[in-house]
Amino acid sequence: MLPDLSHSEILRYSRHLLIPEVGLEGQQKLKAASVLLIGTGGLGSPISLYLAAAGVGRIGLVDYDVVDYSNLQRQVIHGTSSLDKLKVESARDRMLDINPDIQVDVYNEPFTSDNAIEISRDYDILIDGTDNFPTRYLTNDVSVLLGKPNVYGSIFRFDGQVSVFDARQGPCYRCLFPEPPPPGLVPSCAEGGVLGILPGTIGTLQATEALKLILDIGEPLIGRLLLYNALEMSFEFVKLRKNPNCKVCGPDPEITELIDYEAFCGVPGYDHEEGAVSGEWDITAVELAERLKTNNYLRLLDVREPHELQISHLDGATVIPLGQLASRLSELDSAEDMVVFCKEGTRSARALELLASAGFRKVKNLQGGINAWAREVDQSLPIY
Amino acid sequence: MASLRIPTPLRVYADGKTEVNVQGDTVSEAMDDLVVQYPALQPHLFNGDDQLRPFVNLFLGEDNVRDLDGLTTPLNEDDRLLLIPSIAGG
Repeated sequence: MLPDLSHSEILRYSRHLLIPEVGLEGQQKLKAASVLLIGTGGLGSPISLYLAAAGVGRIGLVDYDVVDYSNLQRQVIHGTSSLDKLKVESARDRMLDINPDIQVDVYNEPFTSDNAIEISRDYDILIDGTDNFPTRYLTNDVSVLLGKPNVYGSIFRFDGQVSVFDARQGPCYRCLFPEPPPPGLVPSCAEGGVLGILPGTIGTLQATEALKLILDIGEPLIGRLLLYNALEMSFEFVKLRKNPNCKVCGPDPEITELIDYEAFCGVPGYDHEEGAVSGEWDITAVELAERLKTNNYLRLLDVREPHELQISHLDGATVIPLGQLASRLSELDSAEDMVVFCKEGTRSARALELLASAGFRKVKNLQGGINAWAREVDQSLPIY
Repeated sequence: MASLRIPTPLRVYADGKTEVNVQGDTVSEAMDDLVVQYPALQPHLFNGDDQLRPFVNLFLGEDNVRDLDGLTTPLNEDDRLLLIPSIAGG
């Protein structure tokens, strides 16, 4: 039986009650519904704001992070006053300010194979607002194993993707992406950037899909993938089919319980950049500063994009963006001592692999990139 | 000539191009033409056996070529190929 609405709830939701597709019963369905939102960052911001305002009765929030200054360009559920606060608490406070009639459960922990099933079990719908491949595969597998829909959204720079994966009726995330790309091929938003409004657009579409599922109205994005590009203002759809060989939702699944997703993807499941850097090749900013005092023949190789040089640069560094490195190796001398750097050490680690495979043996990677240099050696440089 | 859309993460290996023209009677020939035009794309699209890497999704119109005849799918002059990347930002 659906829960009753109080007089104040009827007034609050009157604009919903006026729509025949929602009506009183639809609003009661929203009140009875439960949604688990994994990630309270860029995508999670509009999702949590709108689901709270719409009156979804119980919303779970999973995030392990605290609000950082660089989040505020897009994570509109948090504010300057919530800097350094736990994201789940900052988000919960804002949601309950919008709508005190809902229940917000917070899980201040990374979403992992150890806790994901337990956390997700009591929710009707999962929403993927995560920012990395391991947690995306984990969220997918949880949704398949528990038989729940997974409202998927993902962003990069000006591009967004949205779909609803429900293996009971259509394909899952693994049907489309059986394997993750190799580590480093697709930069994270921390490394590659993202238009601040983009998660607003994509997250709002995810929230719309979640409401449609709860209300059982319209045509959910099951079996369709929306591709959005903000620069072209284009919305394209492609068809997604169930992959008969899918390892988790196919007829003969290999994956029947959660696996080690960090090992599967080769990258850490949460946004700690240092995890992407390989130990023996590393040099710290402080060590590099020492070496530069005594070694005049140390070449610095900056593999960032030209527009990043306007933010910060190291004098005398050779600049070859990562994408051009393979075709411009002849400009470098493998006999020279060299330190490669980027913003935070991820792209330079990839550059180092490329250089090593081309026979360069005297190369090091600046751990933490130019941001670490700005933090530990030269505070006159900005951190970005 | 068919057109092919390059996804943002791969544009850095294709001179920043968004959309390129590719020649060929099949998807395979068009992809060969693509990597001739932009050799830096090759390792990101194909593995050692010249097969599309499993994380590369190539669509012809709105259909995944895996659901058609794969790389041997015939291609018409005005067809549009779409490379769909894995992106993970949130």
